[in-house]
Amino acid sequence: MGRKIFNIISFILLVGFAAAFIFPIAVILINSFKAKFSINSSPFSLPMGDEFVGLSNYETGIKSTGFPPAFGWSLFITVFSVALIIICTSMCAWYIVRVKNLFTGALYYALVFSMIVPFQMVMFTMSKTANFLHLDNPLGIIFIYLGFGAGLSVFMFTGFIKTVPLGIEEAATIDGCSPIQTFALIVFPILKPTAVTVAILNTMWIWNDYLLPYLVIGSDYKTIPVAVQYLKGGYGSVDMGAMMAMLVLSVIPVIVFYLSGQKYIIKGVAAGAVKG
Amino acid sequence: MNKTVKRWFPVFVLPTLIAFLIAFVIPFVLGVVLSFTEFRTVADAKFMGLNNYIRAFGDDSLFLDSLWFTVKFAVVSVIGINVIAFILALLFTRELPGTNFFRTVFFMPNLIGGIVLGYIWQVIINGVLYRYGYSITSNPVYGFWGLVILMHWQLIGYMMIIYIAGIQNIPGDIMEAAKVDGAGAFTVLTRITIPSVMPSVTICLFLTITNSFKLFDQNLALTAGAPGDRTQMVALDIYNTFYSRTGFEGVGQAKAVIFFIIVAVISLTQLYITRRKEVES
Repeated sequence: MGRKIFNIISFILLVGFAAAFIFPIAVILINSFKAKFSINSSPFSLPMGDEFVGLSNYETGIKSTGFPPAFGWSLFITVFSVALIIICTSMCAWYIVRVKNLFTGALYYALVFSMIVPFQMVMFTMSKTANFLHLDNPLGIIFIYLGFGAGLSVFMFTGFIKTVPLGIEEAATIDGCSPIQTFALIVFPILKPTAVTVAILNTMWIWNDYLLPYLVIGSDYKTIPVAVQYLKGGYGSVDMGAMMAMLVLSVIPVIVFYLSGQKYIIKGVAAGAVKG
Repeated sequence: MNKTVKRWFPVFVLPTLIAFLIAFVIPFVLGVVLSFTEFRTVADAKFMGLNNYIRAFGDDSLFLDSLWFTVKFAVVSVIGINVIAFILALLFTRELPGTNFFRTVFFMPNLIGGIVLGYIWQVIINGVLYRYGYSITSNPVYGFWGLVILMHWQLIGYMMIIYIAGIQNIPGDIMEAAKVDGAGAFTVLTRITIPSVMPSVTICLFLTITNSFKLFDQNLALTAGAPGDRTQMVALDIYNTFYSRTGFEGVGQAKAVIFFIIVAVISLTQLYITRRKEVES
């Protein structure tokens, strides 16, 4: 009896919490159809009569931020950075585990160390280095993301590779496989669950990253977060209507990605944390 | 085997190594060196000893204010987020209806980027304060609690997922044995559940502490430090020192080095303390 009442109270509590989590998203969605001057004064009401402006906020927002190219650059940079990170860091991690010497040990600790260093520490010098080496373009930034993502990714891959028995790999070598064949045909398929986790964590980070793309390529190529921040600009008042529309457009791809791969994302994040 | 693999170094390691050197190692070393110099463009660096470090704590520097703001923010957020996330995780193990739906909803904000999150909450908080004739930038207290609420909204779901995984890992027979021995719900919680999820506690504390200290995007979007830099956290203060004040680049780099040391010491101490409390199972 007591248990039943407790469960009912818990359920009501969860419903309340869920409402509080959905509410902010609902507010920006409603306000994206509202005239810009009513947003500040009454953000919690539905757009009535004159206040309803249809899709005009979306038109001004898309025009002033250049949203379509921003979406394209975000997608391009995220997809190729994550692909490069998965391929390169899994290979690097395998080498570190299988070839144990002073150098691979030092490299491993340097990579783990890089995980706790705040971005502000290398912000200025990294953007200068990128500039100097002509990496300040959408292709170059992919390479920079490989360097920055390497810490967490190698750390997670090595954690898993340590549990993979050597026997299978030795059998493949005896059968005449070169290390690259052994890795591609035998090792990588075993690493797949970890690769999914690494891919999800890096996607969440790179897609939403603001400061790195802003400093390295921000003046020529804007990703979505950089484009949203540009709306605020340096000159006084912000067009709140356009801002709401852009927030909705930025959230939609994330929600689509989330709902389509929800099972993997939640599992991947939990697995990533347990290994970390 | 070791020997043949070793020859493949250029293929397996070199791409990651070069990227890591360019994106992290060189900028890190250069950053430490530059913190002892005065510079505008790197090439014109002049050695200045500890001058930048002294100026970082000077009267015209907001470093200590932003550091204090960050520490207060981190303490409130870390405690709040972890307590709420843990309670939610406990409710989830009670097999209530709609568990999947709730989990999906609670985790969602974590996927939204900091800039977007900041503007979403700016609208909501301004909407509430508007009725009383204020806005989020009228008083630093509003900005502080705005950031705290935002951070809770973003991280509770994430931490909850990690706690749920931890609770599900507790072997069922331990729970059964405790119940057979007549242990009450509270005893089970304090004697079995909490000690068994210590690995989850370690990682959740680590993630919330480092994320709170390093917070930048949310701070920039929600208040940008207003009113008058009084809601400015350390990361934003360092950014502004670098890019909004000419002649302060060296000071900014010195602040960044101090910031790095603070984050490293706090997170490593926390890892050391909570790891020791983890029980072997």
